[in-house]
Amino acid sequence: MRVERVKLHENGSVARVETAGLHYRELNSILRSLVADGADRIELHGVAGQRYIGTDLDRPVQIEIFGVPGNDLGSFLDGPRVTVHGNAQDGCGNTMNRGTIIVHGMAGDITGLSARGGNIFVRDDVGYRAGVHMKEFGDRRPNLVIGGTAQDFLGEYMAGGVLVALGLTLGKSAHHLARFIGTGMHAGVIFLRGVVEEHQLGKEVGVTQPDEDEEKLLEELVTEYCGYFEVEPAKVLDQPFVKLFPLYLRPYGPLYAPTHRGIEGPVSRWKVK
Amino acid sequence: MTVIKNNPKASHAQSTALPSYHCHMPSYLKPRFRVERSDRRCIRCQGCVEQCSFGAQYYDESADRVEAVDTNCVGCHRCVVFCPTSAIEIRHNPVEYRDNAYWRPEVIEDITRQAETGGVLITGMGNDKPWTSYWDKLCLNASQVTNPSIDPLREPMELRTYLGSKPDQVQIDPATGRLGTRLAPQIMIETPVLFSAMSYGAVSINVHESLARAASMLGTLFNTGEGGLHPKLYRYGGNTIAQVASGRFGVHPEYLDVARVLEIKIGQGAKPGIGGHLPGEKISAEVATTRMIPTGTDALSPAPQHDIYSIEDLSQLIYALKEATNYTKPVSVKIAAVHNSGAIASGIARAGADIIALDGIRGSTGAAPKIIRDNLGIPIEMAIASVDQRLRSEGIRNRVSLVAAGGFRNSGDVTKAIALGVDAVYIGTAALIAMGCTECQACYTGRCAWGITTTDDKLTKRQNPEIAAQRIANLVEAWSHEIKEMLGAMGINAIESLRGNRLHLRGVGLTREEADILGVSLAGE
Ligand code: SF4
Ligand code: SF4
Repeated sequence: MRVERVKLHENGSVARVETAGLHYRELNSILRSLVADGADRIELHGVAGQRYIGTDLDRPVQIEIFGVPGNDLGSFLDGPRVTVHGNAQDGCGNTMNRGTIIVHGMAGDITGLSARGGNIFVRDDVGYRAGVHMKEFGDRRPNLVIGGTAQDFLGEYMAGGVLVALGLTLGKSAHHLARFIGTGMHAGVIFLRGVVEEHQLGKEVGVTQPDEDEEKLLEELVTEYCGYFEVEPAKVLDQPFVKLFPLYLRPYGPLYAPTHRGIEGPVSRWKVK
Repeated sequence: MTVIKNNPKASHAQSTALPSYHCHMPSYLKPRFRVERSDRRCIRCQGCVEQCSFGAQYYDESADRVEAVDTNCVGCHRCVVFCPTSAIEIRHNPVEYRDNAYWRPEVIEDITRQAETGGVLITGMGNDKPWTSYWDKLCLNASQVTNPSIDPLREPMELRTYLGSKPDQVQIDPATGRLGTRLAPQIMIETPVLFSAMSYGAVSINVHESLARAASMLGTLFNTGEGGLHPKLYRYGGNTIAQVASGRFGVHPEYLDVARVLEIKIGQGAKPGIGGHLPGEKISAEVATTRMIPTGTDALSPAPQHDIYSIEDLSQLIYALKEATNYTKPVSVKIAAVHNSGAIASGIARAGADIIALDGIRGSTGAAPKIIRDNLGIPIEMAIASVDQRLRSEGIRNRVSLVAAGGFRNSGDVTKAIALGVDAVYIGTAALIAMGCTECQACYTGRCAWGITTTDDKLTKRQNPEIAAQRIANLVEAWSHEIKEMLGAMGINAIESLRGNRLHLRGVGLTREEADILGVSLAGE
C-alpha cells in the first residue's frame, strides 16, 4: 500500500504521497518513516481533513500540503516547515515549539494556541481566539502573522510572542470586527493594521504606536509574508500599525486576599536572613 | 530577525498589577495563634527566628529576649520542632466568641478579611470542612472459618498493578502460545499508590526531586503537575506522569518523550472548573525556564483548555498526544469529581483515554479560592462508585484504568477505594506530610517554612531530596505492607481480586440511598 502511495525522487530526498483515504495515523507514520529515511521535502496530495500533520517530526523538513489538512495541523511542531496550499482548520500550530506554518488561505479557530516558538503565516483570515495563550521564553518567541482579520478574543491570555493582523481582507472601512482583543493578555505584543475601536479591546491592553525596533520587526515580518503570498510589501507598509500591549504583568494579582492574617498579599517580599 | 525587547516594564508605563481598590485600614482580626515561650527554657539561640519564614519571631537585643508577633503565626510548627529546648508552644489564641454554631469564628473572620481587602480569599491545601468521609463509614471484610486468611509475611501477595487500556478480548496463537493481540501500552507499578500532580513552581524543585526519587525507589509514578519537568529530573522519566494542562507550560516534544504516561488535566478536586494563577513572585528564573515563560509575569492557566470544548475535542487532544509520541504511552485524563462524573467518564473512555483520574472534593492545592475549594465538587467515594458502575454497565470498564485522588489518609482509605472500584490512588497531601508539612494551609504565600510550597532558594534547601524521598518511600512501603495484611485478612492474595469487589465492603451509618450509590450493603446484611 505504502509503496503505491509514496513516490521517491532524487535519492529519496523528495517524496510524493497520495493521501486520499488515508487515516491520519497511517499518514503520520508514513511521514515519520520518510523523515527517518532522510527525505527533505515531502509533498502530500489529496489531503482531506487528516489531523496532526507534521507532529512528531524532529527535523526541519519541508512539507507541502495540497488540499485541506484537518485540525491540529503541526501540533507540537518542532522544526518542519509546513506549507498548506489551501485552508487550514482549527488548532493550526497548537503548542508549537519550532518551525514554520504557511497557509495559502484561511485558518480556523485557536490558530497558534499556546505556541512558544516558530512562525505562522496565514494569507487570509483566522477564526476565534487566534494566538490564545501564545508565550515566549528566552530566544523562543512565536510570530503569528494574519493577512486578513480575526474573530473575537484575538490574542487572549497572551503570555508572549508577536501577533500581527494586516487587515488586507477588510473592506473600505478597514474595520477589524474582533471584540475582546487581548483579553487577559499579560505579555507579548499585538500589531494591527486597520481600524480598531477602544470598545473592541480587552481591558488589560493599552494602545500605542510601535517604536523603532518594532517597526523594523514589522517590516521583516511583512516582507516575509509578502514573499510567501506575492503581495507588494510597500502596499502593506503604507499604513501605520497600532500596537497593543499588556498593561499589567499580573492582571489578576489584586483580586485575591490571603486568608492568613499576617500576610499582606500572596507576595513574598520576605527573605531568609 | 530584529529582536525587540519585550520587557513590558521597560517599554511603557506599566504597573505590575491592576490598581487595587483596597484601602489600608486597621484590621479587626485577632491573631489566630499565640506563640508562647518559656523564658526559663529559652537559651536565645534564635533558631526560631531563623526558621520562621512568616516573621512571627524576632530577637529583641536590648532586652536579650526572643519575642513573637502572634499575628504573623500560621501555626506551622517549624519553630516548635527546631527549638532545641522545647521552649515554644503554639496555642490557639484564646479569644472565645459567644457560642454560635452557625456564625462560627471562621465565618466571622472570613467576612472581616473580605471587608478589609475586597479580595477573593485564597488559601492552600484541601477542604478542611467536616464533610462526611465515607471512608470512615465503610468497613472491610475479614475471613473467619469458612475461608482461610493468608499471611503475607510467608505467602506471596501481589500488589503489582498495570495501568493502561485493556483489550475486550485477547487472542493467543495456539502454535506458539504467544499473545496475538496488540496491547495498548501498559505501565507496571509495584504498589497501587502514585504521587499526585504538584507542579514545580507550586512546590520546590527539591520536592519534585524527592517525589521522583521516591517513585523510582518504590516502582511507582510521580506526576509533574502542569509546570513542566526540570531537565535534571529527566532521568526519572520512567517514573514520571507528564501533565498537559490548559497553560501548556513546559510542554514540548522532549517533555512528552521523556515521560512514561501523559496526563491531560481538565480539572482538579480543589478547584474544579477554574484555572490557576501562579503568582509572579513564585516564578523564579528556574521555574520560568522549566515552564518556558518570561519571569515576572503571573503564570495564568486558563479555566478551560481552549482546544477542548467537548468530548470530541478531548479525543482530539488525546490523539494529538498519542500521535506526538507515536502511541508509545498511555494517556490519562484527570477530572474533578462532579455531579455527572459517570457520564463524563464514559465519554472520556470512549474518547480514547487509557486512564481516568478522578479528584474528589478533598483534593488539595497550592493555592485556590477558599470558597471554591470548600464548596465545589463531590466526595471521591461517590464519584468512584458511580464512575466504576457506569463503565461496568456500559461494558467499557476494561478500556480504562481508574485512579482516584483527593484526601487519601492511610492504607485503609486506599484499600477501600480499590474495593470500591479503582485501580490505584494518587496521594499528595500524605506525601507532603511525610516530608514535614503540618497542614497550616499557607502554601499560597510561597513562604512554606518546611521548604515545600516555595521557590525561595533558601527555603527550598530545607528539604533534602535524599531524606525526603526516604521518608515518602517509608510511608508508602508501610502502607503497601498494610494493604497486603488487609488483603490477607480477606483471604485474597492479589490486589486484582479486590478491585471493584464491593462485597468486601459494608456500610455503617449510611442511609439506604447512600449505600445504593456506593453499591454496598450495610453492616450486618
Ligand atoms: S509561623 Fe510557624 S515558625 Fe513562625 S512562629 Fe508560627 S509556628 Fe513558629
Ligand atoms: S506545604 Fe508548607 S505551607 Fe503548605 S500546608 Fe504544608 S507546611 Fe503549610
